[in-house]
Amino acid sequence: MNDQTLTPEERATNLKGMGCARKRVEDVRFTQGKGNYVDDIKLDGMLFGAFVRSPYAHARVVSVNKEAALAVPGVVAVLTAEDLAPLGLHWMPTLAGDKQMVLADGKVLFQGQEVAYVVAEDRYIAADAAELVEVDYEELPVLTDPFEALKSDVVLREDLAGQTEGAHGPRKHHNHIFTWEQGDKDATEAVLGEADVVAEEMVYYHRTHPCPLETCGCVASMDKVTGKLTLYGTFQAPHAIRTVVSLISGLAEHNIRVISPDIGGGFGNKVGAYAGYVCSVVASIVTGQPVKWVENRMENLMATAFARDYWMQGKIAATKEGKITGLWCHTTADHGGFDACADPSKFPAGFMNICTGSYDIPTAYLAVDGVYTNKAPGGVAYRCSFRVTEAAYFIERMIEVLAIKLNMDAAELRRINFIKADQFPYQSALGWEYDSGDYHTAWDKALKAVDYDGLRAEQAQRIEEFKAGKTRKLLGIGLTHFTEIVGAGPVKNCDILGMGMFDSCEIRIHPTGSAIARIGAISQGQGHATTFAQIIASEIGLPADDITLEEGDTDTAPYGLGTYGSRSTPVAGAATAVASRKIRAKAQMIAAYLLEVHDGDLEWDVDRFAVKGAPERFKTMKEIAFAAYNQAIPGLEPGLEAVSYYDPPNMTYPFGAYICVMEIDVDTGEWDVRKFYALDDCGTRINPMIIEGQVHGGVTEALAIAMGQEIAYDEMGNVKTGTLMDFFIPTAWETPNYTTDHTVTPSPHHPIGAKGVGESPNVGGVPAFSNAVHDAFRPFGLVQSHMPHDHWRIWKIANGLGMHG
Amino acid sequence: MSKMHVKLTVNGKQVEGLAEPRTLLIHFLREDLKITGPHIGCETSHCGACTVDIDGKSVKSCTTFVAQVNGADITTVEGLANDDGSLGVLQEMFREHHGLQCGFCTPGMITRAHRLLQENPTPTEEDIRFGMAGNLCRCTGYQNIVKAISASADMLNAQKEAAE
Repeated sequence: MNDQTLTPEERATNLKGMGCARKRVEDVRFTQGKGNYVDDIKLDGMLFGAFVRSPYAHARVVSVNKEAALAVPGVVAVLTAEDLAPLGLHWMPTLAGDKQMVLADGKVLFQGQEVAYVVAEDRYIAADAAELVEVDYEELPVLTDPFEALKSDVVLREDLAGQTEGAHGPRKHHNHIFTWEQGDKDATEAVLGEADVVAEEMVYYHRTHPCPLETCGCVASMDKVTGKLTLYGTFQAPHAIRTVVSLISGLAEHNIRVISPDIGGGFGNKVGAYAGYVCSVVASIVTGQPVKWVENRMENLMATAFARDYWMQGKIAATKEGKITGLWCHTTADHGGFDACADPSKFPAGFMNICTGSYDIPTAYLAVDGVYTNKAPGGVAYRCSFRVTEAAYFIERMIEVLAIKLNMDAAELRRINFIKADQFPYQSALGWEYDSGDYHTAWDKALKAVDYDGLRAEQAQRIEEFKAGKTRKLLGIGLTHFTEIVGAGPVKNCDILGMGMFDSCEIRIHPTGSAIARIGAISQGQGHATTFAQIIASEIGLPADDITLEEGDTDTAPYGLGTYGSRSTPVAGAATAVASRKIRAKAQMIAAYLLEVHDGDLEWDVDRFAVKGAPERFKTMKEIAFAAYNQAIPGLEPGLEAVSYYDPPNMTYPFGAYICVMEIDVDTGEWDVRKFYALDDCGTRINPMIIEGQVHGGVTEALAIAMGQEIAYDEMGNVKTGTLMDFFIPTAWETPNYTTDHTVTPSPHHPIGAKGVGESPNVGGVPAFSNAVHDAFRPFGLVQSHMPHDHWRIWKIANGLGMHG
Repeated sequence: MSKMHVKLTVNGKQVEGLAEPRTLLIHFLREDLKITGPHIGCETSHCGACTVDIDGKSVKSCTTFVAQVNGADITTVEGLANDDGSLGVLQEMFREHHGLQCGFCTPGMITRAHRLLQENPTPTEEDIRFGMAGNLCRCTGYQNIVKAISASADMLNAQKEAAE
């Protein structure tokens, strides 16, 4: 056991700790179809729930007749708002301080809204009966445009009539939700007034949807004997769901056990609380039987949380040499029928105020107006940290627009405006303290890697050939340098429904030197069971293969706010490192006792404590673990375990440089990504294989969003993109290969220097693809064209520029 | 609704049960036979999470009635592990090359890849990308899935050669 023949490096390698491309422990189950997702759960006597949904985007519900549905054999109950009202559950609070109908209370505000909930013995009967519920609607005028909504006499939220004060301050109109202002308005307007150059543009980031491959669902099981409710579900934040269920149902929190089993992707879609959860819980309480609800894909796209839908009016001021002097942004945010955005309470527009990006912009002002329309509620961070995608897209488009105005190369314009490495920690004009960065190094590495100058020369030649009629294909070079803000967050300013956004880890070392750890986060594919064991392995010197990681069961895991906004590694990962260090501190005392030296005479050496100056005298962590359980050590309790609740002192600020090279056919609008280079700096790298996988996946989501994916409505509020036929998800065929790269600038405040990476590729990928399209047409006069850049819209750009002869 | 008697061979075992004429194969597999590897992602044949192998063809079981395949020989991802319970070549290569993340598309992916490599034992990258285009993944961006299938082809061909 006391193997002295291995070098420290060999011993470190054997741990499979941080930096190792460790294969995933999850995959043995998943590759054999042995995952346990919510729809795999089958309980005795389980019933199925199905919704009756509104076909109209705005209508009064005159009557609901359940008789025919109730007459179907196997139907157990049909719930409407009337049934939920006595329990006070016909409405529920949203994460954004608004409230939302669980079942239609007198009217509906978006197509697909939940009107009635049918409970039956199997899913076929439930679906049959849902068809038989007769709902009498009286159509109302529909508002799908947020700018129209702010002028219209039509009142969407009659329940808020007369309320001039919302959750985030004054409301200016009956369809207005909030105004959020950051920065210095007067100073910014003064800068704009005096600037050499001001570029102005409307940048629209269209409505889309996270669309994880597994839809949302739950199984509620009320045990009437014990009074205990078990709620399984696709929850990205199981503890928060437990607290919400307790608050709205009145059940004591200790009588609620929330379990997130394996989750088939989340991307923000599974953060919020949905009507299906509430109705299933009620149905289980009423019937005393378990009730399963799993939405279908159309329901998922129509009714659960959308993302983006931000109209961002921007002005950017600069000297004639290109030094940016000021940034102004007014955003009109379309929130749909209810404000169900998933943001920290004090941030109604999330972290949109990171919109100064990677640039040293001395003066800035941001205002966001939230608006009600007849669309589905939501506004979640689709693989993003609370509106960071919108902010990054905005600034990366404004930089390009400014480059056009200045007639400058966009790569050079970025370079002369980057925050410099010696300016960190950097205070931004909109209130953030960027922790660390080295943007110039990353940028130069990226430009060199793709041979930027060579690409520009090729592009110039292509333009000549195009003008000479030798080709109909253009070359676009899409540049992006993004800065994220993730890891929400410090309890002093980040909370969700009053719960501080710390996270947690509990570690128990077993006598034989293996361990179990539990965290407050929950994987939806990120591979926590693999990577969190690596953090512990490096910190305490036990092999990652001997460490089990458990998460998602609120009866066993310590309280945490869950996984979204790239917060697992920055927050729960920090808690894991801190808990590990507590264990190591106790282990040092035990080793000192065993070696009969003062604990100050010991030093840590990969997997053991050794006597300083006498490395042959040591105790390995495995030996120490056994001693913790079988020795009576004066002054020390038996056992070896620790828990940490980590309140991060700051957010982390991952960044990256992405470059997309795209061929575009001006006659068909077809595009082909010839090269995509992604350089990410996420600080300390825990598992390079998993980081690379996250980047591949995130950039592919960005490809979808930029090039075709949207939730579109017609003027009647009908969802035009309700199935995977219409809602673009790239296949293996149209997805390119990606080249990944990295620099490492550790976070100075994080215990292991890690910043988080899961969302960077979505944040950086979208502007890279969109800028490539714009760049291809820049020589022909294009300044701004809204996403998604599907073939039809690209064809329209070319047509509008007179390129079709 | 009256039920009909259904007999199938699933992963080498004879199974039977009662099903309504409208019962979808995916529901029969998951609810009646408790074979929960194949998943439901879209219910419209687009995503491929429900892919199973029926009489030597890749089929999306979310839009197939069990009545249509009465008597068929069906293989699901559960049937692709080795006899001793260890991971089959495709399963091992998906793990080795990080060809999965959330795991929801994986059973369909691997089952489709299994048939693809029967149809074309030496596929190019383009063949793989085209042959897998009926299966959607939201996590991986496909790059490592393509790698895993390509590596599986190499390994299976090497095994075949060694056996000959």
